[in-house]
Amino acid sequence: MATATLPSLDEVWHWLSQVPDPEIPVLSLVDLGIVREVKWDDDTLVVTVTPTYSGCPATGVINLDIERALNAHGVARVRLERQLSPPWTTDWMSAEGREKLRAYGIAPPVDDTAADGRSLALARRLASGSNLTVACPRCGSAQTQKVSQFGSTACKASYRCLSCLEPFDYFKCI
Amino acid sequence: MASAEIAVDRAALFEFLTRMGDNTLILGHRVSEWCGHGPVLEEDIALANTALDLIGQTQLWLGLAGEVEGKGRNADALAFLRDAAAFRNCLLVERPNGDFGQTLMRQFLFDAWHHVVLTALTKSADPRVAEIAAKAVKEAAYHLERSSDLVIRLGDGTDESHARMQRALDDMWSYVGELFISDDADRAVAAAGIAPDPASLKPEWEAIVSEVLREATLKAPTSAYVHKGGRRGVHTEHLGYILADMQFLQRAYPGATW
Repeated sequence: MATATLPSLDEVWHWLSQVPDPEIPVLSLVDLGIVREVKWDDDTLVVTVTPTYSGCPATGVINLDIERALNAHGVARVRLERQLSPPWTTDWMSAEGREKLRAYGIAPPVDDTAADGRSLALARRLASGSNLTVACPRCGSAQTQKVSQFGSTACKASYRCLSCLEPFDYFKCI
Repeated sequence: MASAEIAVDRAALFEFLTRMGDNTLILGHRVSEWCGHGPVLEEDIALANTALDLIGQTQLWLGLAGEVEGKGRNADALAFLRDAAAFRNCLLVERPNGDFGQTLMRQFLFDAWHHVVLTALTKSADPRVAEIAAKAVKEAAYHLERSSDLVIRLGDGTDESHARMQRALDDMWSYVGELFISDDADRAVAAAGIAPDPASLKPEWEAIVSEVLREATLKAPTSAYVHKGGRRGVHTEHLGYILADMQFLQRAYPGATW
């Protein structure tokens, strides 16, 4: 294939921005910030993806979805590469992605609240109640309570709203 | 790959990597045994997610171990086709699940060590080790936060939960010391700047554990006796049962995929 006929990288990014995350289909892989780079290596499109959590079972499906979507757009040769470093962080989630999450009923990450393993700080937080305020994605109330550190996937925690009484998922900061 | 080679005995590096990967593999398997049996739905899910993180980290550690070994074994071959004597996990992680309190105490004692060692490994002279650690430490921080929180709530809970947590601590305590004993392989990777000497991690581990136990109103046993052997392949009988369960399919149907 002659170089001139290859789709532009902007076009490729646009296609990838339409591939939904298999677990949270309201977000695209680009919203999630896990596509780190796309580039042409001769006539092979190299897509570099970083895992969210090292054990995330969606990783295999994500790779397959990327390959399928690009094949469907006429890219015959796709190579997926895994990049561990720098490790994925919710800071890379787009503003648009955060809004989509909220509209979908999942509270988006509250920046700078990732667990840091400092248990003294933890003990103090426990004594005075959590210092993390997660607003209810349904009614907007700040009166919410953590039910469990892990929700339906490792990237989420379970919360409940004390105002509207609805349970909801919170996408944890990492 | 060649540029990342560090001047260290390949066997010592392989030993270090299998110790890391076998700890997360065996604990991940143990914790996954709770799936569908948790005391409440939220804890069932939290246990399964913790197990998934650990299994994911195992793929990274054992994948690198296979690469370093250079004999064509990948993470699956190392996980499913080695016998007990080749496993390098500490004895703590193969302890039976017991009740929820036992599982939680084992997790907390491990998480505290895990977070400390991974933090140190983010500065490893081997960039492949450093990047796995940088990924894993973020997950381990959530594990430690959850297990500390629950140890405090159950330790400082009802008479029943307090008694069970104290019993769990008494039962698990003598299996932790092994994590802080250095041998030749540890000294070789430490000298190359790849990993910290295990003994050097103890003060920080003790600081975390004593603080949480104090909040939890639990008392650490005073006995200094340490069960050891797992890190050099001498295991309790429990590991054999885990492997029989975990490896059955690949042993019975070699190469099976689905």
